[in-house]
Amino acid sequence: MVACVEIRAAGKTYASPRGPVTALEDVTLAIAEGEFVSLLGPSGCGKSTLLKCIAGLEAPSAGTIGVRGTPLAGPPQGLGMVFQRDVLLDWRTILDNVLITAEFQGKPKAALAERARALLDRFGLGDFQDRHPWELSGGMRQRAAICRALLCEPEILLMDEPFGALDAMTRDDLNVELTRIWQAARRTVVFVTHSIAEAVYLSDRVAMMSKGPGRIVEVVAIDLPRPRPLSIRETPEFGRHVAHIRGLFAALGIVKE
Amino acid sequence: MTGLWSGSSGLRGTVGVLVGVLVLWEAAVWLLAPAPIILPPPSRIWIEFLDAPRYFLRHAWFTLSTTLAGFALSVVLGVGLAVAIVNSRFLERIIYTLLVSLNSLPKVALAPLFVIWMGTGVEPKIAIAVMLAIFSIVVDTVLGLRSVDPDAIALARVNHASPLKILVKIRFPNALPSLFVGMKVAISFALVGAIVGEFVAGSAGLGFVILVAQGQFDTPRVFVALVLLGILGTLLFYLVEAVERLTLPWHVSQRAVADRDGHG
Ligand SMILES: Nc1ncnc2c1ncn2[C@@H]1O[C@H](COP(=O)(O)OP(=O)(O)OP(=O)(O)O)[C@@H](O)[C@H]1O
Ligand SMILES: [Mg+2]
Repeated sequence: MVACVEIRAAGKTYASPRGPVTALEDVTLAIAEGEFVSLLGPSGCGKSTLLKCIAGLEAPSAGTIGVRGTPLAGPPQGLGMVFQRDVLLDWRTILDNVLITAEFQGKPKAALAERARALLDRFGLGDFQDRHPWELSGGMRQRAAICRALLCEPEILLMDEPFGALDAMTRDDLNVELTRIWQAARRTVVFVTHSIAEAVYLSDRVAMMSKGPGRIVEVVAIDLPRPRPLSIRETPEFGRHVAHIRGLFAALGIVKE
Repeated sequence: MTGLWSGSSGLRGTVGVLVGVLVLWEAAVWLLAPAPIILPPPSRIWIEFLDAPRYFLRHAWFTLSTTLAGFALSVVLGVGLAVAIVNSRFLERIIYTLLVSLNSLPKVALAPLFVIWMGTGVEPKIAIAVMLAIFSIVVDTVLGLRSVDPDAIALARVNHASPLKILVKIRFPNALPSLFVGMKVAISFALVGAIVGEFVAGSAGLGFVILVAQGQFDTPRVFVALVLLGILGTLLFYLVEAVERLTLPWHVSQRAVADRDGHG
């Protein structure tokens, strides 16, 4: 079986005025169809870079990345992406911001407007669809950005710290919502986070990264049963996974014990 | 609603300042009594205008239409050139070099050449207005088209947007605020260009009125033309600003205006 996303010995070196910066080195990871994988690591370890490489936005300077058996040359079909910053366009209303995905892809806007409204409703933004981005809080903006990525039902969803700016309660809500959507549609998700608990709660597998240069140091399978209620976080199994990952990071000198 | 209100209150302030200046001027002329040929009082200028209002308004209208034509042409051509510059390194080098060298020439010195090429009608005046106004439009539009959030472009690329869609849906709206900055400078330059054209040749416009009145040492008449020019320039500037407000309610600069009004 071909993996959905196959990264082989990928490296990325940025040219910068102060000389080359190696953001990624020798990253190898295969992500199966319908799998939920988190990239977990400290700030600056190349998570965003790796995600951009998978999205075909940056070309790796070493190694190869293939999606469904074809080597990448630009963004693959059926991709949805949530950026680390929400990238909403100030001159569009929230609804029109969500619909821009359809406009870019040349899909009929009218047909998707209904779905856009339903998505906004589901993410608690139903009353804000005619507002402009600057009238929303940071968390609301980030949710709008998620709706935008989901609009055209992408088969592969790449999310770069989508919940980083949210308070713990909203974050919990959205974690539940995301697992629900994922379970219903079984899309392949690559999810960037620096929260160990979030990674454990959401993922099938957690790819742990370290920096200087960015590498994947360990891939941990999370065999918790699904569906996972929020209360699963209080179970000893959950705690064991979190402790295991924290221990590995500590052993690598990335977090202090 | 707040926009309108603040517009009229801003206008009230402006009118207040102008009236103050006029009163001072009138008083100074009355007290110091300079030769009428040097400085007439405002009342004398007003009488001069009332003497032949249709004559002045006809020439003002000519200058206004020349300015607007030159300005409109600068915007269309300038935005077109800016899009070309942003899309091609090759065109960028050519157009930018030409524009910069053209802009560094004193354009008044080029005006006679335009008269030779295009005659003494309205065309050379429009051409000179364009020459003066287009530079700021191009420079500011290029800046606006370039300073797009790279992630917004990435978002478009992930969704396989065509370059045309990226231009229309992201780059162009993003460039609008800076295009308006360019337009506010350009509208004044277009007026200067129109007047320069009228100075060099022709038989209409406020520049022509000034030239003729100067020949007859008719200072009040020169002043009427100057005042009308001032009014034209001011109105044109505020016209561009009003269009900006209507077009860019979403932009930070406009939001700040709305906020200030709300609290003041
Ligand atoms: N366009 C770029 N040019 C030069 N260097 C870059 C560029 N983008 C990222 N880098 C460098 O690559 C490294 C990894 O950056 P990246 O944004 O991938 O980190 P990250 O893991 O997403 O961090 P965070 O959790 O803070 O978002 C950093 O050292 C950064 O300075
Ligand atoms: Mg990042």
